[in-house]
Amino acid sequence: MIDNYVRKLFSTFLGDQEIHLFIGLAYLIASVFFILGLKFLSSPRTARRGMFLAEAGMAVAIVSTLLDREVVSLEWILIGLVIGSVAGYVIALLTPMTAMPQRTALSHAFGALAVALVGVTKYYTGHVRPDDHGLMIAIGMEVLLGALTFTGSMIAFAKLNGTLPGAPIQYRGQNPVNITIIAVLVASFGYLIYNPGASELFYVLAFVALIFGVSLVLPIGAADMPVVMSLLNAYAGLGACATGFALNNNVLIIAGALDGASGVILSIIMTKAMNRSMMNVLFGGFGAVAPVAEAREVKGSIKGQTAEEAAAILDIAESIVIVPGYGMAVSQAQHSCKKLVDYLLKKGKTVRFAIHPVAGRMPGHMNVLLAEAGVDYDLLCDMDQINDDFPTTDVSIVIGANDVVNPAAKDDKASPIYGMPILNVDASRTVMVLKRGMSPGFSGIENELFYKDNCVMVFGDAKKTLDGFVTGLQELDA
Amino acid sequence: MDILAPLYIFILAAFVGYNVIHKVPPLLHTPLMSATNAISAISVVAAIIVAGMDHSDESTKVLAIIMSVIAVAAATTNLVGGFLITDRMLKMFKKDKPATADAKTEAGK
Repeated sequence: MIDNYVRKLFSTFLGDQEIHLFIGLAYLIASVFFILGLKFLSSPRTARRGMFLAEAGMAVAIVSTLLDREVVSLEWILIGLVIGSVAGYVIALLTPMTAMPQRTALSHAFGALAVALVGVTKYYTGHVRPDDHGLMIAIGMEVLLGALTFTGSMIAFAKLNGTLPGAPIQYRGQNPVNITIIAVLVASFGYLIYNPGASELFYVLAFVALIFGVSLVLPIGAADMPVVMSLLNAYAGLGACATGFALNNNVLIIAGALDGASGVILSIIMTKAMNRSMMNVLFGGFGAVAPVAEAREVKGSIKGQTAEEAAAILDIAESIVIVPGYGMAVSQAQHSCKKLVDYLLKKGKTVRFAIHPVAGRMPGHMNVLLAEAGVDYDLLCDMDQINDDFPTTDVSIVIGANDVVNPAAKDDKASPIYGMPILNVDASRTVMVLKRGMSPGFSGIENELFYKDNCVMVFGDAKKTLDGFVTGLQELDA
Repeated sequence: MDILAPLYIFILAAFVGYNVIHKVPPLLHTPLMSATNAISAISVVAAIIVAGMDHSDESTKVLAIIMSVIAVAAATTNLVGGFLITDRMLKMFKKDKPATADAKTEAGK
């Protein structure tokens, strides 16, 4: 086969040691390209260039790995590469932007599966000597993280995709079960490190880790998914790292550490944006508790309006801020939103978007959807950037967001979301809330914003309502 | 196995990662997740080594090959899918220059 010719060609010039050096240098180049690629992600102008570098790094790493003297046959590798390329291409081509959270969960699952299988195969083919405790730690971590991230991500995928209900699934005695699982994992891993030859225990570890992934994510509600996604991202990265330790492969350690760092940073940002601790997200079962009974009495009344009436308010407004939430994704309203924004901008109004860090189902979800619709990214503002501007805003339009604008987070100590930083839409002159119906949001918490004097509700599908705004404005101009 | 050198690399890479990724704006957090995911598909390198190793031991051959081919395929799916989708997303983040220009000419009419 061709590879043998290439290898022979190489080995006429280079001995084993030189090939080893060559591969090491290729991995170093790949690592540098990965880091530069992520560095370029700091601005949308340079981001694509950065990804091109990362891709080049990946190509360099793969090609040079094929020269590794441990690689003796290429046939199975090629089969895997072809299957994966086709599957990856199809997934990338067919995934709509609204399904990006599911796609990301699925890719965490795939990455983790690869890591876990590499670890199991290594152990299964007898690469771990009974006295190699260090290697056992690395392979054990690899299989543990890989297996639990695989099933955990599959559950997250099913929840985001609607295959499983998004609400937290809890059962009696859940915490004792989890504690038992953790105890089994710790005990079997501990003994394996002491005696790496205990192969039955190794498969017990892998199997129980699979179960742990399920039991970890099942009780977490869909609204908490941004945190879970970030955490699974970190696990997948650390799993790749462990593989690097097991194979003594530096590029794996570096790339895994980058992925892990990204997951950890995003997790911290997400939990801060919800004012909750990681423990609370993982074991709190948010949304399952019934907080309504303790919440204080809501005063005021709901004021419903038609899209035409709301358009009249927009017509005289000078500055407008739009607050998108998961509801915008559900009704695919981003394109209608863009049309409205264009019309308002054309009329000389100031329009900006206020995006809460946990709006949607994954970090940055809303930004991607609005970018898809062609909204200029300069109009997309973070919470910190825009929160002080609400008092000087004429109209805030809330599209399918709920908890991230609930004033109870600021002043109602009995509320489960008390302390969570929110967008201060209630400070603007008029708040328009686009909502399907009066049912409370995902967390099941009543929102007193809807009862405030400056708040009007426009019920119905967000996409239709936004189209109605544009028609209403056009009629007023005609 | 020399544990210290890889540990040094890991810790230093984590610091680099923290500093680089901290500068990514929330605007690009979804592409970031997708990009780091594609980059962590570097585990394909490990899968390649396992899939290409000497499979002459008959007793473990079949299962080992099946597992390692799945590993290569899964990692490659992430690699190809991850980079393509990241690029698809990043292409969408643009300044709305042409549209605003249009809007101005229309408003001027």
